[in-house]
Amino acid sequence: MAILTEDECRAILKKALGYSKADECEINFGGSDSGNIRYARNTVSTSGSLSQTSMVISSAFGKKLGVVTTNEYDDASVEKAVRLSEELAQLAPENPEFVSFLGPQTYSPQSKTFVPETAAITPALRTDMVGKSLDTAKENKLIAAGFLQNSAGFSSMMNSHGLFAYNTSTDVNFSVTLRSEDGTGSGYSTKGYNDVSKLDTLAFTKIAAQKATGSKGAKAIEPGKYTVILEPAAGIVLLEQLYGGLDARSADEGRSFLSKPGGKTKLGEKMVDERVNIYSDPSHPDLPTGSWAGDGQPQVKRSWIEKGVVKNFTYSRYWAQKQGIKPIPNPDGIIMEGGNATLEELIKGTEKGILVTRLWYIRPVDPQTLLFTGLTRDGTFYIENGQIKFPIKNLRFNESPVIMLNNLDALGKAERTVSGESGQNALIPPMRIRDFTFTSLSDAV
Amino acid sequence: MGISASMLSRIPVFGSPVLPGHDMSPVDVALKKRMADVVLNAARSKGATYTDVRIGRYLNQFVVTRENKVENIVDTQSYGMGIRVIANGCWGFAATDKLDNDSIAKAAELAVAIAKENARIQTDPVQLVPQKGHGEVSWKTPIERNAFEVPMKEKTDLLLSVNDAAMKGGANYVNSILFLVNEQKYFASTDGSYIDQDIHRIWPLFAVTKIDSKTGKFETRQSLSAPRGMGYEYMTPRESDKIKSVTTLYKDRYDMLEDARAAATQADQKLKAKSVEAGKYDLVLDPSHLWLTIHESVGHPTELDRVLGYEANFAGTSFLTLDKWESKKFNFGSKNVNIVADKTQVGSLGAVGYDDEGVEAKKWDIIKDGILVNYQAIRDQAHIIGLKESQGCCYSQSWQDVQFQRMPNISLQPGKVPMGVNDMIKNVEKGIYIIGDSSFSIDQQRYNFQFSGQLYYEIKNGKIVGMLNDVAYQSNTQEFWNSCAAVCDANDYRLGGSFFDGKGQPTQSSAVSHGSSTALFKGVNVINTARKI
Repeated sequence: MAILTEDECRAILKKALGYSKADECEINFGGSDSGNIRYARNTVSTSGSLSQTSMVISSAFGKKLGVVTTNEYDDASVEKAVRLSEELAQLAPENPEFVSFLGPQTYSPQSKTFVPETAAITPALRTDMVGKSLDTAKENKLIAAGFLQNSAGFSSMMNSHGLFAYNTSTDVNFSVTLRSEDGTGSGYSTKGYNDVSKLDTLAFTKIAAQKATGSKGAKAIEPGKYTVILEPAAGIVLLEQLYGGLDARSADEGRSFLSKPGGKTKLGEKMVDERVNIYSDPSHPDLPTGSWAGDGQPQVKRSWIEKGVVKNFTYSRYWAQKQGIKPIPNPDGIIMEGGNATLEELIKGTEKGILVTRLWYIRPVDPQTLLFTGLTRDGTFYIENGQIKFPIKNLRFNESPVIMLNNLDALGKAERTVSGESGQNALIPPMRIRDFTFTSLSDAV
Repeated sequence: MGISASMLSRIPVFGSPVLPGHDMSPVDVALKKRMADVVLNAARSKGATYTDVRIGRYLNQFVVTRENKVENIVDTQSYGMGIRVIANGCWGFAATDKLDNDSIAKAAELAVAIAKENARIQTDPVQLVPQKGHGEVSWKTPIERNAFEVPMKEKTDLLLSVNDAAMKGGANYVNSILFLVNEQKYFASTDGSYIDQDIHRIWPLFAVTKIDSKTGKFETRQSLSAPRGMGYEYMTPRESDKIKSVTTLYKDRYDMLEDARAAATQADQKLKAKSVEAGKYDLVLDPSHLWLTIHESVGHPTELDRVLGYEANFAGTSFLTLDKWESKKFNFGSKNVNIVADKTQVGSLGAVGYDDEGVEAKKWDIIKDGILVNYQAIRDQAHIIGLKESQGCCYSQSWQDVQFQRMPNISLQPGKVPMGVNDMIKNVEKGIYIIGDSSFSIDQQRYNFQFSGQLYYEIKNGKIVGMLNDVAYQSNTQEFWNSCAAVCDANDYRLGGSFFDGKGQPTQSSAVSHGSSTALFKGVNVINTARKI
């Protein structure tokens, strides 16, 4: 389906709402066209195309809610779906935590989340972009595996209290792993943008090639505490665990790393190094995101950690109501302020340490301390006297992002990256961290 | 990659919410055959040399509660078609939920166009091992009671009674979920197969939280249930399916209420448990824990797509390279380690009649007397390891995703000598008995891993002396399986598993079971995970 305009969405939603007989009704309507190409062993493997839309109709009688979806938009089908949602609401048990739908909201102007050139990506362009990556691999006698995915979509919502919201977005994400033919070296690179013109698959494949070649002949070092430089693709997988754990309810209930004895929390307290500033901003030019959350709440620029102090929690509408404060929706994009140093300058300023390209298989160990485990992967190097000395074998870590950000040594310049765990885009700096805890060696390349 | 993290909080919802009680009966087979023939003909006319089409209706139901509240009841339905073709020797795939004849024919054309475009950068044409057509056939999960047809009140009453039991037992919080799956899927291919399948799965889960308000310390104890390829009969307790250990363990029927009562007590005990002293221990691993270690350290490294490098950019490769298999003497584990792949196992998550490329379900050895003897393969890989037919491991999570190699049930076979868990513990001088799964992580070639559990009991001189906390064990796959000193007999055999084995780009989830009896591993490295922030 083509991307529907704001007027088209408004007309469709208005008509659908017209069928409602419930106390209140809210309808979300969205769709996307996407395509992908996957390659491995220096050749294309699988690829695909998907076009889909959906309309989610929520009807409520008092605190009883019913939800139905349809992807047929003729009048009879939409009316039937509205009726079904009302029947379900009447059957559903009362939910004391149900909060009435929002009234009209004011949203900031849509930032540049939609780029027409990205929406116009064809299978032929995907093939060409991947072709450049494959050529680089072959020229360097390396074996490539990678993935390129693009999508263009619209989302909209309207409810019986007069709320209407609309947004469009495009994304193109790329990742590549190059391995040496003998399997002793591996390098990785990943990037994602709203704008396809920024995605240079050749340049990013060259970075992966350099790491793959440079990581051959890795030496083992003793596990222990080391200074590390986490490149953005490595740092994001730990940062997002902290950023995603700022839920007020869990903290208030005493079952979060943000809880304190006696029902108190760490809100307003200094938790990490004072150079740590983490925020979200839908209109940031380098990481534009939607101006509203899925339940219609506006997304605004908001500080989460400022000078090391926990500034805000996220509050569901129910929990905010119970606490007598304004709700705060989960943000879309993580932004961490950096400095001006390049990655090379961070390396130069390191007496002894480890450069980490990527962290992998991140899993929680202890929610009380936000302790996570995982391993380095696809390019791990030992630094001495400001220079990369030799590649090292991969290591398992057990570390908490809270401890990590307390041990912050230096920040580089923030750049866009993609989490290899969640797939989310972020804007964060490379970080130099003291006393990062590695607990065992891995033979994996 | 592995099992999705934090199952209770991150359950993905595929498809779209629809009304409970919505017509759940499968779409008419004759209609599906007519649609399939439209696609097969359209693709052939555009130059496809092979085509398969999957028409899927995927139904999920989630009943979500906490304490005394039903938080959500969601029924989802997703209905559509995925078309996979080979043209110019290359795969192409397109999916659509517009199922009129024009739309599905256009989707077939798009799949062929993508294949031809990609063929420009392909080096080796796809080679499929032969597969005979099955004609018009069908298969159903052998269920006794369709969980989707059980009245909603019965399900919410059960979960609320579970929550009530936990709260009365002293819990501060409890969350419980009943998760049901019904895959109604139709497969047709140019090989002459028209296969209609009706697959059912069920997974009851809970998490009990206990907080010490003075210290601010909190602990959880999650359910010891297993997801199963069964109907609602799994939820009807049966004494003959209970194993009495330090806590009650469950075989083919689950007593959720009893487990919740135990969980409330044990969450409190965990708060008071001794922090483990790091070092080497003998580990007695219950099947409710061991399934995940089997999954990560045996299941994934024996996936042939990983061995060949197809997952190098995401899930990773494998240390079990072809030369190790070809040697016929690679010592994966001790003589006690016999591991089979089985897509036919009744009650398991992976059980089907046919896989998603029309290959009938099979059973075969993966590790025999400790030696690596086979992998898991699909039609376009089988020739690489000299197989004349596929092992039937192809799966897609929905109509909208392309099918690829996914793990069958991979299970450790019981020991042949009569032995129960108490017999096993009697012979352990310094050890830890671990029940239930928790944290898990393994490297991208499946050498180095770290696992935690729900319950840890210290064993001293053949006796359980108390509960431990802050336990995680780290090992190397080959070392670990070579340290396997004993496996309990078939009376102790149970299945564990997950709905959320993640792999591929875009990532897809697959449901898989892993069976075992309790097993003993000697001298494994245990770390202490306690920290301060």
